[in-house]
Amino acid sequence: MQVTIKIFRYNPEKDKKPSHKTYKLEAVETDRVLDLLEKVKGYQDGTLSFRRSCAHGICGSDAMRINGFNRLACKTLVRDVGTRITVEPILGLRVIKDLIVDMEPFFENYRSVKPWLINDEPEPAQERYQSPEDRERFDDTTKCILCACCTTSCPSFWGNDQYVGPAAIVAAHRFIFDSRDRAAAERLKILNDVFGVYRCHTIFNCTLACPREIQITKAIGEVKAAIATGSLK
Amino acid sequence: MKTHQFEVLVVGAGGAGLMAGLYASKTAKTAVISKLYPTRSHTGTAQGGIAASLGNLEGDNPDWHTYDTVKGSDYLGDQDAIEFMCYEAPEAVLELEHMGLPFDRTPDGKISQRPFGGHTNNVTGKPVRRACHAADRTGHMILQTLYQQCLKKNITFYDEFQVVDLLMANPQTTGASGAAAGVVAIELATGELHVFHAKAVIFATGGHGRIWEITSNAYAFTGDGIAITIRRGIPAEDMEFFQFHPTGIYKLGILITEGVRGEGGVLINGKGERFMEKYAPTIKDLASRDVVSRAIYTEIREGRGVNGQNYVYLDVRPESVNKYAAIDGRKNKDGSPYTVTGEELLAKLPDIVDFCRVYLGVDPITQPMPIQPTAHYAMGGIPTNKYGEVVVDDKNTVFPGLYAAGECACVSVHGANRLGCNSLLDIIVFGKHAGLRAAEFTKGASFQPLPADPTAFARAQFESILHADGKENAFDIATTMKKVMFDDMGIFRSGKGMQHALEVVRELKERYKHVSVADTGRIFNMELINVWELGNLLDLAEVTTVSAIARTESRGGHSREDYPERDDKKWLKHTLAWVREDGKIDLKYKPVVITKYEPKVRTY
Repeated sequence: MQVTIKIFRYNPEKDKKPSHKTYKLEAVETDRVLDLLEKVKGYQDGTLSFRRSCAHGICGSDAMRINGFNRLACKTLVRDVGTRITVEPILGLRVIKDLIVDMEPFFENYRSVKPWLINDEPEPAQERYQSPEDRERFDDTTKCILCACCTTSCPSFWGNDQYVGPAAIVAAHRFIFDSRDRAAAERLKILNDVFGVYRCHTIFNCTLACPREIQITKAIGEVKAAIATGSLK
Repeated sequence: MKTHQFEVLVVGAGGAGLMAGLYASKTAKTAVISKLYPTRSHTGTAQGGIAASLGNLEGDNPDWHTYDTVKGSDYLGDQDAIEFMCYEAPEAVLELEHMGLPFDRTPDGKISQRPFGGHTNNVTGKPVRRACHAADRTGHMILQTLYQQCLKKNITFYDEFQVVDLLMANPQTTGASGAAAGVVAIELATGELHVFHAKAVIFATGGHGRIWEITSNAYAFTGDGIAITIRRGIPAEDMEFFQFHPTGIYKLGILITEGVRGEGGVLINGKGERFMEKYAPTIKDLASRDVVSRAIYTEIREGRGVNGQNYVYLDVRPESVNKYAAIDGRKNKDGSPYTVTGEELLAKLPDIVDFCRVYLGVDPITQPMPIQPTAHYAMGGIPTNKYGEVVVDDKNTVFPGLYAAGECACVSVHGANRLGCNSLLDIIVFGKHAGLRAAEFTKGASFQPLPADPTAFARAQFESILHADGKENAFDIATTMKKVMFDDMGIFRSGKGMQHALEVVRELKERYKHVSVADTGRIFNMELINVWELGNLLDLAEVTTVSAIARTESRGGHSREDYPERDDKKWLKHTLAWVREDGKIDLKYKPVVITKYEPKVRTY
């Protein structure tokens, strides 16, 4: 089948402003959008630039807006989106070139919630024990691959990029509800801020955008409830 | 050009690089440079687990782990290094847990473990639960946890910097004189060259599976570290040994973890038969990877692929698992018969289920998965000793200030065939020790002088790409290389086929000199970087093929139809390959370290 793919193009060294270019190519319905981008780059326009690595939805490099929705190009097949495809960079982060955006503000937000285990008690000779139930409590938020699909789908983040954003709250959730961590209060304080969890207006874009199917809005709700009640139940 | 100075430089930010960074930075001024954001590294795609004889669910010990690894390596692994790794394993896993890694848990709260290929109870010969896991995303959890620790410790990162050259003081084309002085890197966002002056350099750049058509490897796996060091006269060890993982998704190569078989999944041919019992009567579907991949290919070649195609089924439907577990007499810890439900499988293998649904439109709980072997892991690489020090000749002479760890290194703990779950162990143990050793080295060492024009060699490489009289298409060259390497340098090899592969690769290297590059910009010129990476793959494809042609035996991942037997008399030795300045490849050999385990016939 023939696929028409319209791609956002911007070369800061040449272009005054961005434009869209359209390419036609042969594809099969199981091709990934990433495969199409590779073919365009390989045979039609070598200057097309985008990030990619693992090509199966784990490394989180190739978050893009595909037909208006944030998706990973490697986890979106032609059969999912049809033969007329529009690919644009994710929103809310500065475009550097073509589909490549500046990820630094995103990682800065991630770092701001102290996404590492904090427990100053002496380490036991064995593992720290954790029941399967306690482990299950934060399982969903361990799946995050930091692709930024969620944060850059969030109207609150578009409105004000000082909002810490869903991905950072997911990272905080992963530690707040880990029975081995001792810094829940510290993290809840960070998120109980004018640019913290209350910027979330439960629009659910993040949950729909997540390629790992993390229940992000639910996780944010649990963090909000923990701040409100002071309880981690 | 910008110049930076650090005592220790780590190149690569996967598991090995991050461990090296964490340990080196304890006592030395350290930076970690990566062409990707660290969380994009390929460690994140490892699925099934990390091996350690914790014995949380049944009796196990590091000696059994050592023996299994030696046997898995087809006796090519160095036994001192293997023993070192297997004895360090329990502590390595506990350290990860203490860092916060969310392992799955046993009912009593310990780290959960599952069976994995080639890991056995040495008394009964049956599979043992040694793989410590976090669902089927153990690598993801390791990468996240180590990166989080690096953030906590405020490690200096240079993200999206492509290292393109190794700097040396007093270099020679071959031989052991000289010392590491730093690296040259391109900042992808600006195209600017940076010189990193250092006392010690640790390469942790991962593998090079992108040489092959069907592969589980990331686009980033282009063998940069090995390619850079061979251009600087460092040899590459055992490059002919590359692992084909038995279960990749048909046509795509995406990995389906051995953990599926650990949970009871079985391989089924086109006639509906379970076939592994013919090839490995004792542990059947959990034989080591080279054995299982050859079995699958044999089934396909003898006409027992599914629908006459180049694939077989991996069946993890609960009814199949329960049927074969009953036949095998598999028991739970309390002695009750082993059974599973669809729900339990979904909880243990969520990502596998997701991959199958997304890429195949198949639900593995109700349908079998079409699979074929996929190029997966480089056993060979930059030669090191068990401390991560790079050794540059047949006498294991250490090259001062140069270290390697993880998949780009060849310690050698994997020999001719790596056991599942030993690569995550490898990156943790040897990443740590490379970091420790490098930091210790810098205490007594001074900075080597930089060459007068440190970026000259790097510039020359890129200028020759940009100024080539471009007729040739890089994508075509890559496609041709991958196909010939998969067909002739794959699971089964022959002298004739390999010779053909070598001719094609050499022809491609000529065509590569005339490759066209449309993008002449500086900012994120990914085309230029990708073409340079292709040059690395072509160089490594040639070294791999030349090393393989010379080895006239079959051992582990190197299986020759014209020499089907292992030949310990002639070939119980490691290959060392040097690329000379005129492009010719010299081969030498060094002995395998044998301590406790004399080579014997390998059956599963």
